[in-house]
Amino acid sequence: MQTWKRTLIGLVAGLAAAASTLPASAQQAGTQFIGITGYRVGPYGANGAAFFGGFTDYLAMINERDGGVNGVKLSWEECETEYNNAKGVECYERLKTKSATGPTAIHPMSTGITYAILDKAVTDKIPLITLGYGRTDATDGRVFPWVFPILSNYWDAATGIVKFIGEKEGGAANLKGKKIVLLYHDSAYGKEPHPVLEAEAKKLGFELKMIPVPHPGNEQQSQWLQIRQYQPNWVILWGWGVMSATALQTAQKVGFPREKMVGNWWAGSEIDTVAAGPAATGYYAASLNLAGKGFPVVKDIEDKVYAKGKGGDAKLVGTVLWNRGMAAAMITVEAVRKAQEKYGKKPVSGEQVRWGIENLKLDAGRMKALGFNTMLPPLEVSCQDHGGSGQVRFQQWTGTEWKSASDWMRGDSVLVRKMIEESAAKYAAEKGIKPGCAS
Amino acid sequence: MLYRESGQFKTSYAADQQLFPILQDRAAVLALLAFALVGVPLVATDYWFTAILMPFLVFSLATLGLNILTGYAGQLSLGTAAFMAVGAVAAYNFQLRVPGIPILVSFMLGGLSAAAVGVLFGLPSLRIKGFYLAVATLAAQFFIPWLLVKVSWFSNHSASGVITAQPVVIAGFAFDTPVRKYLLVLVIVAVMALAAKNMVRSRVGRAWMAVRDMDVAASVIGIRIMQTKLIAFAVSSFYCGVAGALYAFAYLGSVEPDGFNLDLSFRILFMVIIGGVGSILGSFLGAAFITLLPILLEVILTDVTAMTGIALPPGFISMAQLVVFGALIIFFLIVEPHGLARLWQIGKEKLRLWPFPH
Amino acid sequence: MNFFFEVLIGGLLAGVMYSLVALGFVLIYKASGVFNFAQGAMVFLAALTFVGLQEKFGLPLWGAFPLTLGVMVLLGIGIERVVLRPLVNQPQITLFMATIGLAFFLEGIAQIVWGTDVRRLDLGLQDEPIESIMTNFNLLVSKFDLAAAFVAGVLVAVLAVFFNKTRIGRALRAVADDHQAALAVGIPLKQIWAIVWSVAGFVALVAGLLWGARNGVQFALTFVALKALPVLILGGFESVLGAIVGGLIVGASEKLAEVYLPALMSEFLLKHYDISINLAGIEGWFAYMLALVFLLVRPEGLFGERHIDRV
Repeated sequence: MQTWKRTLIGLVAGLAAAASTLPASAQQAGTQFIGITGYRVGPYGANGAAFFGGFTDYLAMINERDGGVNGVKLSWEECETEYNNAKGVECYERLKTKSATGPTAIHPMSTGITYAILDKAVTDKIPLITLGYGRTDATDGRVFPWVFPILSNYWDAATGIVKFIGEKEGGAANLKGKKIVLLYHDSAYGKEPHPVLEAEAKKLGFELKMIPVPHPGNEQQSQWLQIRQYQPNWVILWGWGVMSATALQTAQKVGFPREKMVGNWWAGSEIDTVAAGPAATGYYAASLNLAGKGFPVVKDIEDKVYAKGKGGDAKLVGTVLWNRGMAAAMITVEAVRKAQEKYGKKPVSGEQVRWGIENLKLDAGRMKALGFNTMLPPLEVSCQDHGGSGQVRFQQWTGTEWKSASDWMRGDSVLVRKMIEESAAKYAAEKGIKPGCAS
Repeated sequence: MLYRESGQFKTSYAADQQLFPILQDRAAVLALLAFALVGVPLVATDYWFTAILMPFLVFSLATLGLNILTGYAGQLSLGTAAFMAVGAVAAYNFQLRVPGIPILVSFMLGGLSAAAVGVLFGLPSLRIKGFYLAVATLAAQFFIPWLLVKVSWFSNHSASGVITAQPVVIAGFAFDTPVRKYLLVLVIVAVMALAAKNMVRSRVGRAWMAVRDMDVAASVIGIRIMQTKLIAFAVSSFYCGVAGALYAFAYLGSVEPDGFNLDLSFRILFMVIIGGVGSILGSFLGAAFITLLPILLEVILTDVTAMTGIALPPGFISMAQLVVFGALIIFFLIVEPHGLARLWQIGKEKLRLWPFPH
Repeated sequence: MNFFFEVLIGGLLAGVMYSLVALGFVLIYKASGVFNFAQGAMVFLAALTFVGLQEKFGLPLWGAFPLTLGVMVLLGIGIERVVLRPLVNQPQITLFMATIGLAFFLEGIAQIVWGTDVRRLDLGLQDEPIESIMTNFNLLVSKFDLAAAFVAGVLVAVLAVFFNKTRIGRALRAVADDHQAALAVGIPLKQIWAIVWSVAGFVALVAGLLWGARNGVQFALTFVALKALPVLILGGFESVLGAIVGGLIVGASEKLAEVYLPALMSEFLLKHYDISINLAGIEGWFAYMLALVFLLVRPEGLFGERHIDRV
């Protein structure tokens, strides 16, 4: 016992000594350092593993294939946040000191962490890219110069889903008198679509019933029995983690057709459907990006990265979230490229990257050149519109894979824009921000 | 030799009753405080302030709160994070809705709100004991964040239920940089820790310990069980509430009620156990240990793999960290179940004899 | 009225699923006085090992089951040897904390070995309504839930026989009654603990298979432990029967409450205070509140043993 106790004392002393050296090694100079606040453990570890797997695989491919961005090599480090806000802040603070040019841009991949580091990012001049999550009203870049909800936000998704349902019903006019249930994760995330869906219900005349599922959502008997009794025409699934798979499974249990269920993009990956098994077949989900391996960029990654044994988990390649992570990396890299056009071919700082994102324009031709083809919609970011696309596309689970079930489409963008500006203006007033575009 | 209290004669009751009756203790506490107030701001970087010192201080305060309840009064609680949430949201609302209210008063009122809620959920402790009580406090842990999300008034009707804390300004002085925030939190934590130190040796504190050691015996010698337990809940929740307010205002800036989850409660309970049940110093040691350990593990594992160039499967480090953390906790509990405070005590005894041990 | 029965039946069957997890807690608490928070992690580990073995070696259900059981038994023995034995005579809370450490450890190990992918577990039984009841009574009863209830019933029966009719079972009960007395009459305490943890591993495996087949095998399986806690308070930490009855009460009342209460409360608030609020989602805490109120009346749970303190 005595020796063990000595070991323990040694351990504690060693930790104290090691602590004084925090944060340790800096990154090698001359590279474009990208800080990644990721998560691969915990309840959402599977989602994180796919997203950040795609993210780092793309960065590795850029280094292998092109030798970096205009000759500037990329380097990166991933810090584990466990999807925990406090740990996210620690990771953010650690990564920001790792390189003279900062962490380029941060993808928190968690709405909670986005909120926690939002103010800090403004002071530190580090852009946040929130691909399909985070603050919806940050789309108004005049109030949130440092936050980029790139592609589409939750309100685009919600109105897009309503539009999709309208099309399935044979036109938006047919929605009148229809019954739609929103089954949502009872949290900040699940509450996001409420205002916009309520506005849509009023406008289009459908009946909306919102049913919350308490975290974690691995038991939904009572919710689905209510749905069975209510007999809605459609169910919108606003799920995250185990809740989505359980919803599909329980829908089967109560005999609700999955072809009448539409998820949002965090409830629409292989992780959600595989776990539900055959119960998921026929289920639709809004998506920010297409799934699948049939894109030149995926082939490049397989040839240049996986063939050399430098990739991550090969099973994840081509899945919805892996492709999304890759898209997120591409947007970061292209922002760096854009910034280099203006500031020179050397590692660029957060402030310069911010300019790069805000002036990013990836039309269909450019997407094709990058090897993404139709995986993503054309993107044009501006100070007014930090989203740059607002489009969603629907995919359907065939039982083995996600198949595209619609074209790129836009929801009620006028309504969304109006609500974003109202919300952003309220935030600006609370915080004493003077909205405007930096020149 | 170094830590010898013989020869320190007390000639008045006042001298005998002071908070740190031993000269070396007094000197050490003063030196530590002086270092934290002056030395640390000179050497520490922003990373240290925001990512390590701030959570360390805030969690120390919460740990202190739980330690009062669990360590001194013997009532196990798993609802710490919920009381922190009450403190944070209450402070936010006082600041928002009462014009011109000083922020420190908001913190106080946040703590008092938490205390009121704490007393409410402490009522069952009059009948339930031990693990049944622990699981019963889970009711608070699940109910309170639910209520805070559900009633949008609490978050000033923000769409997502997230509250963004107001800037901290005291008498026209803005606490906006990491150093300033650190100093503010440090002062609050130091004052409250000393108050706790004083409280646990007072009549109330002694009553707590009597109830903890054997409640039936305590009631036989005339201690009012109900009053004692409820005071413990109130004081403990007050500390947690203030910690929650600081967590929101000084540390994170904006918080969502769901962030105050069971994991956080467990983490704080860990800090109490690792630091030492029933020890003020232990609360700080435990908070430091649990805050630093995962960060260090990750940094060490990342650096080791980077240096040796071993290509590990992605995510391995994250999981290895979990494994090592779990194993270390078990190892720690086996080797020193009384926590870091006990190690410190052993160290002091050694110092008393050093350099001539027998 | 049909709807009411549907919710009631659904709730009772969901309660059985909670009971399955609660059983594991009860076994360990009974024999060693440890509140084993790692039970959820054990459920996760068992299910993950099971599908992992199936996937890696293409084993059939009946091949993977004994292998996984073997792993769980080894784990039980290992836990007794490495964690419990050195912690004998420590306060309950220390042991409780050690099991939380154990939970982290198991979660990490499970994912290092088998990866973080979400997997499907196919027991060959779809979660679908039973047609005949559906057509004749317009009542929804799930095939899967009914099968799960059957499994739980068999499990309890087996445990009851094991506890009451076998030599080891009698020794277990003796240990549960009084450690010291059991030691004094020559019952090997350490072996008994290893056996109990192994049996708890077996229960975790059964729970893991059923929950995993419903939700997919993923990290969220560890959360099923949270649903088991109110069951435990209601039923008492020490009673196998209590775990079952507690589960049924929690399941049924929680579902009924979620379906009927929020609407009533919202209506009441709107009518009398003019507050419009959607209170749905009370399921997350209702069971705990119920247990809390219940404890005020009977602090040792429904079937728990009453302790008398002496000065």
